[in-house]
Amino acid sequence: MDVEILSRIQFAFTISFHYIYPPLSIGIGLIMVIMEGLYLKTGDKVYETMTRFWTKIFALTFGIGVATGIVMEFEFGTNWATYSRYVGDIFGSALAAEGIFAFALESGFLGVLLFGWNRVSSKVHFIATIGVFLGSMFSAVWIVVANSWQQTPAGYHIVGEGIEARAEITDFWAMVFNPSSVDRIMHVWIGAFLAGAFLVLSVHAYYLVKGRYVELSKKAFKIALAVATVFSLSQLATGHSSADGVAENQPAKLAAMEGHFDSLAVADLYLFGWVDKEKQEVTGLGIPGGLSFLVHFDFNEPIKGLNYFPEDERPGQVNAVFQFYHIMVAIGMLLIGLTMFASFQWWRGKLFDNKWLLWAFVFAVILPQIANQAGWFAAEMGRQPWVVYGLLRTSDALSKVVTANQVLFSLIMFSIIYSVLLALFLYLLNKKIKHGPYDEKLIDKRPQQKEMVDVLD
Amino acid sequence: MATFLGLDYPTWWFLLVGGVFSGYAILDGFDLGAGAWHLFLRKEQSRRIALNAVGPVWDGNEVWLVIGGGTLFAGFPHVYATLLSAMYIPFMLFLAFIIFRAISIEFRSKEKMLWWRTMWDVSYSVSSIMLAVLLGVVLGNVLQGAAIGADKEFAGDWVEFFNPYAFMVGFTTLALFMMHGAIYLIMKTEGRLYTKMTILFKSAMIAFIVLFGITSLYTLLYIPHLSDDFKSNAALFVIPLMAFLSIANIPRLASKGKYQAAFLFSSLTISFLLILVAIELYPVLIFSTIDPAYNITVYNAASSEKSLGIMLLMAMIGIPLVAGYTFFVYKTFYGKVTLDETSY
Repeated sequence: MDVEILSRIQFAFTISFHYIYPPLSIGIGLIMVIMEGLYLKTGDKVYETMTRFWTKIFALTFGIGVATGIVMEFEFGTNWATYSRYVGDIFGSALAAEGIFAFALESGFLGVLLFGWNRVSSKVHFIATIGVFLGSMFSAVWIVVANSWQQTPAGYHIVGEGIEARAEITDFWAMVFNPSSVDRIMHVWIGAFLAGAFLVLSVHAYYLVKGRYVELSKKAFKIALAVATVFSLSQLATGHSSADGVAENQPAKLAAMEGHFDSLAVADLYLFGWVDKEKQEVTGLGIPGGLSFLVHFDFNEPIKGLNYFPEDERPGQVNAVFQFYHIMVAIGMLLIGLTMFASFQWWRGKLFDNKWLLWAFVFAVILPQIANQAGWFAAEMGRQPWVVYGLLRTSDALSKVVTANQVLFSLIMFSIIYSVLLALFLYLLNKKIKHGPYDEKLIDKRPQQKEMVDVLD
Repeated sequence: MATFLGLDYPTWWFLLVGGVFSGYAILDGFDLGAGAWHLFLRKEQSRRIALNAVGPVWDGNEVWLVIGGGTLFAGFPHVYATLLSAMYIPFMLFLAFIIFRAISIEFRSKEKMLWWRTMWDVSYSVSSIMLAVLLGVVLGNVLQGAAIGADKEFAGDWVEFFNPYAFMVGFTTLALFMMHGAIYLIMKTEGRLYTKMTILFKSAMIAFIVLFGITSLYTLLYIPHLSDDFKSNAALFVIPLMAFLSIANIPRLASKGKYQAAFLFSSLTISFLLILVAIELYPVLIFSTIDPAYNITVYNAASSEKSLGIMLLMAMIGIPLVAGYTFFVYKTFYGKVTLDETSY
């Protein structure tokens, strides 16, 4: 295998693995802020207990997120040196802003969040929790800004020619608010809220099914269900406006998402299907003219298909883009159905009557994870063959001095380390869940010990 | 060229990136150093206390590496690209140790079995040691220079990076961090562990002074391009003098039991040594061993003036904020370690 494919596999692998954790941290962060806010407002100890419990799980996801995130920051330089030279002027500033404004806030307050329960007042602790949550949100902003610039470059000009060419910034705010960044930031944030909310739902549904920590779990479940319902629905809106943006700015990606080949024709919208790239056709169930309608509100309006673009400017893996995109959309719909139904049951006062509904939530935790991954795969594979859309090809972005053997070495290394890491993560997560929110060590034994000392004296 | 307070933007960025990496070396330096001592501590209780001394802060310290990487990428994309792609294998190993260290801290306390704890103790300590050495290896190679071609790409073989001088700087760095980490642990512990650390501190101190002497001598004799600036400008000798005085002050203060002041001076020592490095390098960032015309400098590697200006503004807003809540966190966890239910 050559350096290009190995480097792409390594990047895809390391970023996919990394992306299990930050969305969980952001989502759990939101839930922790709500829980701790309720504790401060009501003074009810049960909210403190659940906040402390989720803080511990947060620590686990955050720790792995940081460790695997540092890898990402260095991988641009190690594997994609030409890309780094080309975009450094622009991409670098977004990455630096992430470090200075977001990551530092997050990690700075993390110590207080995790270890400061007995050292600062409950209000200061709440501020630390909010600080960590906001830090993780801002992190997402800058990273998505950098990625969005690769999708829809703006606020730059090209200096130099040939291998000397590089993009230089002309307008910082045009770069930050490039055509796709706002839509995609919202979409990523909400995807993260759902990942976190569904983990909370899963754990507390499990406790309810097993009849453990019932009072606490009912309260926690309702908090997470409210979050999940609101954001499942709003994800539909951000998803739609992201797709509109793709239609406008990256028509070749849109065509690949729906397997639309004909150069300029009415395009269908598929519920599911299979793309045959050779025969240029899709077998599946679709709404004729559906894509045309979605983009132009007219079933008969033609849309640019893949054949409209030169062959070397089309995404290569059309079927993969199609499948990833459809998996994401299907899961999004499923989450709306599930959360709406559960909210309806809640409204009827029968939320916890159906065991099968609780079991559904126990397993639904995997769905937002799959949707997040699939969405990114569709977005990134749909951008190919470009690494910076229309400007720099992925095949031209590699490090010139790195050999296939070196990448193979690091790829094997990461495969081993990350397998161990995933196994440990699942093991410890399971252990924490089995252990439950109440810690025997939390029961204050001090007065008793003091009496003992008095007696001994 | 646009200037700010009399210095051009690339020079400001050189100072900024250098400042961030100094901050990183001072902060992560003591927790890497503390990690390097971990296996020297025999008792479970001592190991837990040592781990919890760095527990609330190591994560924030590593942020400085992330900011350093980000500012290097943003300010000098060519240096970032050349250095990381040329030193592919060393950096991959560095990343592997970063991961192992982070998960060792997180996972060690999660099970009580002896084999589990021993496994993470070894992983934590070995990765701390290796990270310190690798940081020194990178620094050593930056000081020596590398086979950089006209296209700013590395034209040599990566195995060359593992050379005696690089390891010399690597071990000096390890000794420095272990001394620095020992003082930190002394500040954070009491009783027998405190006494043990004061003894270990002395051996690290001696090791550092010996290694530093050898490395300095070697540098003066065999890497002449590094002392050019000092020969042409005698006033610069004040920096090595300050470094020397700062180092000499550490055992003096330690013998009086003033470990907080000693910690301040071991931090200052790290800064002075890096200022020394900065003067030796500037305006070059990576020396080309093929032709000095191919040197990668702050001028031919920098981002556009516009970009540097924007980011300078960001840094001026952001760095004081970071320093502010770093200070807050250290204040919150000031004093000797006490283990409670939230500890590792």
